[in-house]
Amino acid sequence: MKNINDPKQLLVSAIESGTVIDHIPASTLFKVIKILGLDKIRNQITFGTNLDSKTDGKKAIIKIAGIFFEDDDINRIALVAPNAKLNIIRDYKVIEKRVVEVPDTITAIAKCMNPKCITNFEKVTTRFRVISKKPVALKCQYCEKITDQERLEII
Amino acid sequence: MKTKSLVSIDDLSTEEITKILKLAAEFEENPIQDILHGKVVATLFFEPSTRTRLSFESAVNKLEGRVIGFTDSSSSSVTKGETLNDTIRTVNNYVDLIVMRHPIEGSARYASEISAVPVINAGDGANQHPTQTLLDLYSILKTQGTLDNLNICMVGDLKYGRTVHSLLMAMSRWKTSFNFVAPEELKMPDEYKLYLRNLGLDYYETADLNEVINMADIIYMTRVQRERFSDPMEYEKVKNAYVLHYHMLADTKPGMKILHPLPRVNEISTDVDSNTKAYYFEQALNGVYTRQAIICSLLGLK
Repeated sequence: MKNINDPKQLLVSAIESGTVIDHIPASTLFKVIKILGLDKIRNQITFGTNLDSKTDGKKAIIKIAGIFFEDDDINRIALVAPNAKLNIIRDYKVIEKRVVEVPDTITAIAKCMNPKCITNFEKVTTRFRVISKKPVALKCQYCEKITDQERLEII
Repeated sequence: MKTKSLVSIDDLSTEEITKILKLAAEFEENPIQDILHGKVVATLFFEPSTRTRLSFESAVNKLEGRVIGFTDSSSSSVTKGETLNDTIRTVNNYVDLIVMRHPIEGSARYASEISAVPVINAGDGANQHPTQTLLDLYSILKTQGTLDNLNICMVGDLKYGRTVHSLLMAMSRWKTSFNFVAPEELKMPDEYKLYLRNLGLDYYETADLNEVINMADIIYMTRVQRERFSDPMEYEKVKNAYVLHYHMLADTKPGMKILHPLPRVNEISTDVDSNTKAYYFEQALNGVYTRQAIICSLLGLK
């Protein structure tokens, strides 16, 4: 017998096929949505946020029908949701589980913390080399300054 | 279109550096040639730097090239609000190569991505100034006969000094030992010390120049600027501790040379100029040969 108070059961219905992204920190849900461009697609999407999690405090979950992400695309969310877990669904069944990994380069997501960097003056797509994955440290490919986890801002 | 540019000293392999230094020696032997005949070089100086600009223009002129450009952004369309993107896209139609100095960090990398012709970074804010580093290396190689196993003593503002950071990174490719002489507020940043430790290279830090001066093969002087100090009293206390005088050179190594990126204010006393160990003005001349070498190698003419 399932607990009817389980918020996942109550609030987020199952999908036939697509991707479920779980263990997103509640505080970064909307950044994840923006990074993946979910605000611009027409697929059916349900999300829940401020759900209780045993491991993460308040978490969020997103279910996207009919979309399967490439590793390169999904790894873009690693900066804001490092512990996110993906369930790939077909015929209502989880056929694959994946974790996200911070990629070696970060393009067009993060803002350079250096106020004197060209990327903060002109319309330049930011580009960083990841010099440390945990904690995250990014080296700007333009001004060569380091942006660390504390000063990390998502565009 | 991807062309070869020089934005950061790290863009160059050790082989490429060695090749440029060798080419600079050839230009020193034979500085007047017509290699750049029919070529036009732009010097886009969004902030003034007379020395660097004149050195580049001299290098081009000696090789029969022509120079166009501006000497500070008040005389360019930047004052009308033009973006760097548009300036570069326009100017790269007129010239074979762009030399650019710009106060914003990363501007040179950005320009090199936009430009259809090679871009030479002549300084992008506090970030990089690779032609200075190459001329420093050329001066060291020329006076010491090698870049291996040298002791480099860096003096003054080691915290903000762009030239010392780039030189440190470049010299760390060879077996160099470093002495860092700086006041507490202007010490070499930890990231550079960590870099040397990881490479197994020796360094020693002190606030007293006299302690290490006699070990040096090269003394690299920099300016201690008043505006770098949060407390003006601190500046008053240390400003005379980092000045080189003639009498301090008595027991230094016979082949030791003193370098300085210039302009000098008072950190090298003028009585040092007559000493054979003073090398900063020759260093500036080496800048012309080094820039000839850089320009010609980027244009694939050598």
